[in-house]
Amino acid sequence: MKPAAALADALITLGDDHLILGHRLSQWCGHAPMLEEDLSMPNMALDMLGQARNLYTYAGGLENKGRNEDDLAYLRTDREYKNCLLVERPNGDFAHTMLRQLYFAAFMHPFWQAATTSADDKIQGFAEKAVKEIAYHIRHAGEWVIRLGDGTEESAQRMGEAVIALHGYTDELFSTTDTMQICIEANLLPDPERLRDQWDQTIEQVFAEAFLTIPEIPFPQEGGRDGRHTEDFGHLLSELQYMQRTYPGMTW
Amino acid sequence: MSTQHMPLWEVFIRPRNGLDHKHVGSIHAADSKMALQSARDVYTRREEGNSIWVVQSRDIIASDPDKAAENFDPAGDKVYRHPSFYDIPDDVGHM
Repeated sequence: MKPAAALADALITLGDDHLILGHRLSQWCGHAPMLEEDLSMPNMALDMLGQARNLYTYAGGLENKGRNEDDLAYLRTDREYKNCLLVERPNGDFAHTMLRQLYFAAFMHPFWQAATTSADDKIQGFAEKAVKEIAYHIRHAGEWVIRLGDGTEESAQRMGEAVIALHGYTDELFSTTDTMQICIEANLLPDPERLRDQWDQTIEQVFAEAFLTIPEIPFPQEGGRDGRHTEDFGHLLSELQYMQRTYPGMTW
Repeated sequence: MSTQHMPLWEVFIRPRNGLDHKHVGSIHAADSKMALQSARDVYTRREEGNSIWVVQSRDIIASDPDKAAENFDPAGDKVYRHPSFYDIPDDVGHM
């Protein structure tokens, strides 16, 4: 495979992570537990969506098949999305959503940091912008995890349940696809495996303050990178794709 | 939402270096760290500022509206307190 085609494929995978997590966050809009969070979560959703747009648009140009960002975001079938399972997990309660955001941001922050030295100028540019956005996501989600974990009896219990429900999905963040491997070897994208220490450090720090324990995960959940998704993903896509499927090519 | 866990905070934003922090509104938050984050999310989404202050609303001592008359009315007829009785030399320009 040519490097450009490999990079396009790897960037679409990365874009999928951002699109799907951004969509999940956007589902809170109008439903957040307090007005402050009703703005904060869509803020983060828009950061995710902005990053997805950059990645899709660039990837669409590289692969040269005439697909634009909308085609990639809205007109693929479920098996063609390669996002990790973590980002498609349902919002659950606020504790689930904040923990999911922390898990993802704690991974993407060192990822974008490392990507600022990518051999590709465009990726450097994306990384420099994204690293600031994602640093805030760690802080915001992390502070909530601490306050809920170290909060009331009920909040601590819900936070603990979120950890049990989601921790098994974190290992997939560090997995790679064939095209990612090509990009890693060409110094276009960072190697996720090398970000594990930083991820562990961030999570351990937050968990210590939140009085949470990292559970043993004998069988990590994965499959998203191969296009094998959880049941909830079909429902997510039907909502996400509704407008483009119903009114093809619509703009506003 | 209980005010016990989420007290009210007043938010002040400085739009640019050299200007003053101005009161922009209020938010609920568990503590000062979260108050700053919420203030950032609620009040600086459109590049409104480069610095944020928050202070718990209950720490602000306000003048009594019932005493507004004795507080403020006496200044009403003391126009000589305004620096408007001086001729400013042309060289000084706009003040």
